[in-house]
Amino acid sequence: MIRKLIQDWRRYPLLVQVGIVWVVMILVVAIFADSFAPYTFTSLDLKARLSPPAWISGNLRHLLGTDELGRDVLSRLIVSIRVSLLIAAASTVISAIIGVSLGLLSAHFRGWIEQGILILVDFQASIPFMIIALAVLAFFGNSLPLFIGLMGFYGWERMARITRGLTLAANEQGYASAVYALGAPPVRVYLRHVLPNIASSIIVSMTLTFPEVILLESGLSFLGLGVQPPMTSLGNMVGYGREYVQSAPWVLLAPSSIIVFTTFSISIVGDWLRDRLDPTLR
Amino acid sequence: MLNYLRARLLRSLLTLFLVISFTFIILRLTGDPAMMILSPDAPPEAIAAFRATWGLDTPLWQQFLGYLWNIVQGNFGVSMRNGNSAMGLVLEAVPATLAITIPAFVLKILLGIPAGVLAALYRNSWIDRLLMSLAVAGHTLPSFVLGLLLVLLFAVRLGWLPSGGFNSPGHVILPIITLTISGAAVLARYTRSSMLEVLGQPYVRAAIAKGLTYRQVILRHALPNAGMPIVTIAGLMMGGLIAGAVVVENVFSWPGIGRLMVSAVGNRDLAVVQAALLLITVAMISANLLVDAIYGLIDPRVRGGSGGRKS
Repeated sequence: MIRKLIQDWRRYPLLVQVGIVWVVMILVVAIFADSFAPYTFTSLDLKARLSPPAWISGNLRHLLGTDELGRDVLSRLIVSIRVSLLIAAASTVISAIIGVSLGLLSAHFRGWIEQGILILVDFQASIPFMIIALAVLAFFGNSLPLFIGLMGFYGWERMARITRGLTLAANEQGYASAVYALGAPPVRVYLRHVLPNIASSIIVSMTLTFPEVILLESGLSFLGLGVQPPMTSLGNMVGYGREYVQSAPWVLLAPSSIIVFTTFSISIVGDWLRDRLDPTLR
Repeated sequence: MLNYLRARLLRSLLTLFLVISFTFIILRLTGDPAMMILSPDAPPEAIAAFRATWGLDTPLWQQFLGYLWNIVQGNFGVSMRNGNSAMGLVLEAVPATLAITIPAFVLKILLGIPAGVLAALYRNSWIDRLLMSLAVAGHTLPSFVLGLLLVLLFAVRLGWLPSGGFNSPGHVILPIITLTISGAAVLARYTRSSMLEVLGQPYVRAAIAKGLTYRQVILRHALPNAGMPIVTIAGLMMGGLIAGAVVVENVFSWPGIGRLMVSAVGNRDLAVVQAALLLITVAMISANLLVDAIYGLIDPRVRGGSGGRKS
């Protein structure tokens, strides 16, 4: 198994290899954030405010420099990676659960339930999510659980459409009717037979949603409407770093490059996975 | 064709109605507006008076009808910040937004579609690789990062262009570039994939076999057929003329609708948020409707059926 993986690995395109390595690295950083961060992300070092990274006249105590309050950029970056990935992962899972459930429901019941769900899908698809998110944040204010829940509504409509289409197709196929004929209840047919058959398309669609949620979250946090201080996230760091774009560009460049490399890697790997795994989305 | 458009129009109105109900429900879910707008420790008679003026003491369905009636009359309430009409504030911000989104829209189309066609025609060559790498990069670069990088380069380092504000013609350049890059990247990707799909079709081979020149095959046979997905994306972008610059406007302190909305959200100025939301919805819905009409025009298959939907 492992030997096969290594053999395959050599045949992957170079960009895909780089992408996979980067994603794994980011995941490791996110999981072990506490042991990697040299300082706690809120600790101040007021004597070393806005000190530049170590390689430009900075000192070795703060490898990537410090921000306007003397907080270590590297430590904040590591914690931000964890927060941003956690939000993106939780939201993607929520969105998949909502989308798959509604997709299955609409494929099973047809009739007015299906029409109702399709109207909701149209509604969600016709307005940019950023705008819906702004409205909800204006009305409800902001807290982390609410914010994650809100992000969880991102992309559900795509998931619901895919699930509905594939489930309708699956119901036409022999295996579903065979299990029905054996007397299995619908729930069992969907969970044990249909879902595993359509899982690869759903997973591929999740690899699309995940980087998009990272971008959305960092965009909102950048605007000051997402993750609130003292908590930190990648977009939040860029938003604050923006004030110092002239005097201390490293505060903003560090999180920006993480966002760019991460979403870029996930897109490359996701595109490649899509081509390999899922003939329906080609 | 008329039936097809009528069905689409009904669906659009339904969406609009849903958005209006959505804002109403959410407004009511967030608690008593009287408490939020006055303060919790306002005198009870002031709260009662406020409730009476805004009809908050009537049953919910009556409130909903009143709310609808107000919207139909164009009354969206006043900004809680300065007492100006909410819709007035939003409409004032629209020209500034259009001043950057319309040029960006044109540039996206002029750059994105030819790039996609070129990449598809020279599939797997270095041109294709180069264009598509640029497209993936442009697509994954979030606009606030791109905008700030441009500021860092052109405003801070080189000092050629102003970093933000709206006082001179030079101020529009960076926002337009920022908006153009990501949009052109998306269009290029879509154009390439739908061109590739079409180029593999039998009728293209037939056209080539018939002895048409390469140019004729591409312009007459391939592009029109590849047009549908491209029109869809371009239509979505057109709907985004008003709403698509939220982040970019904030990066460059551009006084458009996006910046207005974000500051209104920050201040929880609900009337302004609501007015902006409705205006954006109307823009998006009209764009979708236009796209559907164009579909009907360029593709006879669409207007034939009973508005058959993709599943």
